[in-house]
Amino acid sequence: MEDLIEIRWHGRGGQGAKTASLLLADAAFNTGKYIQGFPEYGPERMGAPITAYNRISNKPITIHSNIYEPDYVVVVDDTLLDAVDVTAGLKESGAIVINTTKDADTIRNQLKNYKGDIYTIDARKISLETLGKYFPNTPMLAAIVKVSKIMTEEEFLKDMVGSFQHKFAKKPEVIEGNMKALEMSLKEVKKV
Amino acid sequence: MGIRERLSGNEAVATAMKQINPDVVAAFPITPSTEIPQYFSSFVSNGVVDTEFVAVESEHSAMSACIGAEAAGSRAMTATSANGMSLMWEMLYIASSLRLPIVMSLVNRAVSGPLNIHNDHSDAMGARDSGWIQLFSENNQEAYDNMIMAHRIAENKNVLLPLMVCQDGFITSHSIENIELIEDEKVKEFVGTYHPEHYLLNAKEPIAVGPLDLQSYLFEHKVQQSEAMKNAKKVILDVAKDFEKMTGRKYGFFEGYKLDDCDMAIVCMNSTAGTTKYVVDELRAKGIKAGCLKIRCFRPFPAEEVAEALKHVKAIAVLDKAASLNAAGGALYEDVVSGMFTSNIHVPTVNYIYGIGGRDTKSTEIETVFDDLATIVKTGEIGNPYRYLGVRGGNK
Repeated sequence: MEDLIEIRWHGRGGQGAKTASLLLADAAFNTGKYIQGFPEYGPERMGAPITAYNRISNKPITIHSNIYEPDYVVVVDDTLLDAVDVTAGLKESGAIVINTTKDADTIRNQLKNYKGDIYTIDARKISLETLGKYFPNTPMLAAIVKVSKIMTEEEFLKDMVGSFQHKFAKKPEVIEGNMKALEMSLKEVKKV
Repeated sequence: MGIRERLSGNEAVATAMKQINPDVVAAFPITPSTEIPQYFSSFVSNGVVDTEFVAVESEHSAMSACIGAEAAGSRAMTATSANGMSLMWEMLYIASSLRLPIVMSLVNRAVSGPLNIHNDHSDAMGARDSGWIQLFSENNQEAYDNMIMAHRIAENKNVLLPLMVCQDGFITSHSIENIELIEDEKVKEFVGTYHPEHYLLNAKEPIAVGPLDLQSYLFEHKVQQSEAMKNAKKVILDVAKDFEKMTGRKYGFFEGYKLDDCDMAIVCMNSTAGTTKYVVDELRAKGIKAGCLKIRCFRPFPAEEVAEALKHVKAIAVLDKAASLNAAGGALYEDVVSGMFTSNIHVPTVNYIYGIGGRDTKSTEIETVFDDLATIVKTGEIGNPYRYLGVRGGNK
């Protein structure tokens, strides 16, 4: 892993982008990293575009600003591609991961001049198959771990069992579905 | 050896309060400090603390309840932000003048109006003359550590002043970061038990607290408060020494970051100091001698010590995260330059008002400040000392 990896999340209020950024911070923390996980708070309401951030580093992190030149961008909802400049400042050595069913040409066209790697995943399908409901953040979390190589898949899955057991202590019946969503996502995220 | 954890700034403060286990917490929720009493009330419900939690109907009542509890002889704490502290205004002065060592977490937010819930330091700067000790925190770790040190400072018999621990709303209060916690039993031993000398519930010594104090006494009492604030300086350093013995983490009135050999320095407080350190490292890698002085202790203000630490610098920028609206400089700028002037130290010093209402401060903006300082060093011209950073349509 590079010394410092910066990730920006774009989602819509209620889709769990903030939670996903905090879970990613947790997982990276558990593998010994220095981490930051923070949302950009605006006038939040269901459906409005929201942004969240992660910094993950092998060294202590002192910078306390938003992230303007991320290594990776995660787009939890592809309707944001028309509403938000999701590749703003995104490094060309990095990558963008999008939850979409659109084909490669359509996506490339929508991202205009972005020359870095583009990955897509159908988080809706995975979420509906494994959880029976649309929670895109769990599949997107696995997708960014796979693409950014912040940790190995084994480390990640092992850590997430523990996180889910803690997070869903009062509804353990959803843990299995969430783990399945992560596993499917690790397999299905594809470079376009 | 400490406990490796990851917590938000608010979680860190709530954890410190849990470990301190005060007698009374009285609070009213306000963004971005709401989570602190929220988490703490769950500690109360779960029985992990035996604190009396008073869910009051306003911040005026929160501070009033803390005053009553502290005057009765117990240890009281609260948390608030911005307009919440504005509503405590009257009681802030009562608390300090009655010499009640209440400890408050102030999660800094812009005071309205117009309405804004995001970070700046206008709340803390407004209370700078209220007789409260004010400690500022760069991150979750410092917010936690300052809380653990707070009671030992405030309750010292040569001090007996209330103390607020400040951190940046959202920027650190809602950011999850690594932190090293101290074991519960070590905190308990470090903070100790509160034994007030005079208190209302002492049946053997009936006293009055807060009676009329007219021409013949108020002046002397204000001098005593002022002396207590001076005494706090030694106590703050003594407590920091003991804290360093326990944790290895060193605290003073301020932190000099690559300051000793620097040509240009930024003076600032709270989270911006972290961003400044990042920029200092980048500039140092290019051979540029940049440095940072981060104020931890704003009240009492270490005027002579700050002046001494800056006397070798060729140009200084003081960053104020509150618009003082006085047609002169921000609060921190005024304190720094008056400290230097009084010590007969004359270094070109400019002021930047920045980050108002949560305006994000980018590392590239901090770089432009160092660029400006380099120009001052080169030309010897200060130009306009009252500047803005990161504003549209400003003079800078």
